[in-house]
Amino acid sequence: MARYLKSALPGFVLLAVITALFLPRPAAAVTVERVESPGGIVAWLVRDSMVPLVSIEFSFRGGAALDPAGKTGLAEMTTSLLDEGAGDMDSQAFQQKLSDLAVSISFSAGMDTIRGSLKTLNRTRNEAADLLSLALTQPRFDEDAVERIRQQILAGLARRSTDPDEIAGRVWWKAVYPDHPYGRPTEGSTGTIAAVAIEDMRRLISERFARDQLIVGVVGDITPEELGPLLDRAFGALPAKGKPFTLPKAEPQAAGQTFVVEADVPQSVVLFGHSGIRREDPDWYVAYAMNYILGGGGFSSRLYSEVREKRGLAYSVYSYLTPLEAGGVYSGGVSSANERVAESLEIIRAEWARMAAEGASDEELDHARTYLTGSFPLRFTSTDRIARMLVGMQYNELGIDYLDKRNSMIEAITADDIRRVAKRLLKPEELTVVVVGKPEGVKATAEAPEIGG
Amino acid sequence: MRTSIFRGFSYTALAALAIFVLSSPVDAKVFSPDSFTLDNGMQVVVVSNHRAPVVTHMVWYRAGAMDEAPGRTGAAHLLEHLMFKGTEANPDGIFSQTVSRNGGRENAFTSQDFTGYFQSVAADRLELMMQLEADRMTNLVLSQEDIDTEREVVREERRSRIENEPGSRLNEQANAAFFMNHPYGNPVIGWDHELRQLTRDNLLDYYWSWYAPNNAILVVVGDVTMDQVRPLAEKHYGAIPARDLPPRIDWREPPAAAAQQVTLSDPQVRQPGWSRRYRAPGYVYGDTEHAYPLEVLADILGGGTTSRIYRSLVVEQKIAAGAGAWYSPTSRGPTTFGFYGSPLPGGDIAAVEAAMEAEIEKLLRDGVTEEEVQRSIARLQAEAIYARDSLQGPAHVLGNSLVIGMTIEEVEAWPDRIGAVTAEAVNAAARAVLSSDAAMTTLLLPKSNKDKGGG
Repeated sequence: MARYLKSALPGFVLLAVITALFLPRPAAAVTVERVESPGGIVAWLVRDSMVPLVSIEFSFRGGAALDPAGKTGLAEMTTSLLDEGAGDMDSQAFQQKLSDLAVSISFSAGMDTIRGSLKTLNRTRNEAADLLSLALTQPRFDEDAVERIRQQILAGLARRSTDPDEIAGRVWWKAVYPDHPYGRPTEGSTGTIAAVAIEDMRRLISERFARDQLIVGVVGDITPEELGPLLDRAFGALPAKGKPFTLPKAEPQAAGQTFVVEADVPQSVVLFGHSGIRREDPDWYVAYAMNYILGGGGFSSRLYSEVREKRGLAYSVYSYLTPLEAGGVYSGGVSSANERVAESLEIIRAEWARMAAEGASDEELDHARTYLTGSFPLRFTSTDRIARMLVGMQYNELGIDYLDKRNSMIEAITADDIRRVAKRLLKPEELTVVVVGKPEGVKATAEAPEIGG
Repeated sequence: MRTSIFRGFSYTALAALAIFVLSSPVDAKVFSPDSFTLDNGMQVVVVSNHRAPVVTHMVWYRAGAMDEAPGRTGAAHLLEHLMFKGTEANPDGIFSQTVSRNGGRENAFTSQDFTGYFQSVAADRLELMMQLEADRMTNLVLSQEDIDTEREVVREERRSRIENEPGSRLNEQANAAFFMNHPYGNPVIGWDHELRQLTRDNLLDYYWSWYAPNNAILVVVGDVTMDQVRPLAEKHYGAIPARDLPPRIDWREPPAAAAQQVTLSDPQVRQPGWSRRYRAPGYVYGDTEHAYPLEVLADILGGGTTSRIYRSLVVEQKIAAGAGAWYSPTSRGPTTFGFYGSPLPGGDIAAVEAAMEAEIEKLLRDGVTEEEVQRSIARLQAEAIYARDSLQGPAHVLGNSLVIGMTIEEVEAWPDRIGAVTAEAVNAAARAVLSSDAAMTTLLLPKSNKDKGGG
């Protein structure tokens, strides 16, 4: 077919612009303020008057990893019940109030924290804060609501129990952390959810929902003077101190093992990974940039290029760092047709080894730096997203000036840093691999651990 | 399965299908967009949002899977993937490299109704994005090698999204049976046997048929003003001549006369699912006056935990783990008003069906109350305010609404039109849509391994 039209622009002009030096800019024109309420609640605030609303994001330290062994899923189930009735309102009354005020409150449990968020129009922010306070301090746990949520969790577990992605995830974590809470799914399993009692949930909130465990980030159309009383309204009724806790150090197991879980599906789902790096590690930013080059970077990573772009072996292939309080893993995934998955795995192992041996080229590093610094402002596009960053900054103790210094830490990375950290982190022979499907040419080295229902 | 457009989109993966649930557009005092049309017919829409020094730049083509030639299913979506391969001026993946090297994120989406491309990037890189996007509007180079490789990527995408997921397989089968005449019956990603046979000419035919400025809409949201965007748009997109577009078939569905049931039993299913779908009008198709009342109805029946259906089936009768309703009026063609439910573990799917039918019957008999309508209106209007708290959200709402043939004024009038809905209008819409005996029921059921034949 004939080309209809020559390029709208002469090619050389385009290329000239493309190769223009990228100048890093400050992340965003935001100022982070520390606000302390009259009652002593601290929050980091970014004022933003674009929309008449307020987003509050918060975390309590200590997450699902603290669930008792036979009651895995306790934290998650508890968070599901906080908005199912509180104070003198039963579940429907509480939900109706949220709905009529157009306020959204949500909670979730991660391994290391229990998170919550509140989004409200400015005109309803006082009522919203009151509802949040009730949910955190006076949840009812009515038997009716507890059984309903329990059944919903069980239905979700049943639905996902044959999902290849779900199976791969459960088997991988169980294999890598057989004796550590990180090896257990935050959402629990059929038996442990059945075992969770109302007293367990009451104990959890009394021990963990406390002001000394609380981290708060706020973004919206509100002044520090207005925020103080609102913080007291939302969090002032919490007890001052939570129960101290410790987590055992998480040491990854099953290095170098390959597990195959047979499933009657046309495409094999693969997870692979080994030990990683903690957020506070001085090498964090180097590892982050190295991962961008290897498998984290959208359309331009090595894994994407080799597995998808050049060979069409997968739609999705990726790697990422998961920093955890008591450890950290470096893992990734790929999904390929059963007859082609062995080839995908071989290429991924080769890329893992190549990065470990050679590091990255100056050009790749340059590319990673410009992307990671240039894309940073894209995180500042909604109030709840910014508020979550404020919580993350406090949780990881990055400093209130973090947004201003973050890009300079990326800029400072050298090719030598990448080589050193790649060598330190990447151990192709230690990858724990889980394949779910009917993979051809993939040999299991051991029996996959039982994950239960 | 949500009722309103404002409750979030998700880009689950690279160069994806548009699978997010879209429905209603937005408010006059909400986005306040500026707009004009280039001489070549390309509409330009700008929403200023100065929160961060970034922009989202999107080009929407009024061409999706429904515009494929017969027997060429999957062409629109495979072409979308191939649009990242290169042009003469920017060969070999330079497009994506340039975007990421400038700190940008990008993706694309294909639906039945449209194909869209976007980049989010620092505001001072907007012109560069326009250069690249305008270039690939007319200068795409397709090599056979790239087509063959990317076809395999899309077939892997099909395995991930559909073949590995019994619920998606049921949905694909149900759609094919639900639409009797309209191309919506074909999956956006294509039937595998046709995907395998798509040729370079098939893809270029589609490209030259539909990728033209007079079939495209530019939406820019972010730290810019129309004064800044206009000269750039004129320079880059304005330089591309308009072209004659092929005649479009005005696909209409014939009256449905028979009830249908589509059942998929699979050993992978542990938690059964039930749905019922009724044929419905949208903002631009069919009896459009019912669209806004149907949005309110979907919210009353199935919008969250205080809705009629959730309250009845999940909270009071305790027979379902989840239940609700869905409706999305934002499409070029016929739409669906649907109900869904999943029994409690070990529970009875027939009881879910009976309870749902009783709710529908009650609705048709007694109608909704004015109080229910007012509560729903307040909720929906608040969502239009929350929708402003985003960069890509407004771009999606505007792009999707305009691409199906709505005007900016209609988009902006959304809160007023929702606000004008009465109980009487909701009840009339319910009768018009839900009285039909020719609905479709779908059942997703478990099957023990030993029953399974053939694979």
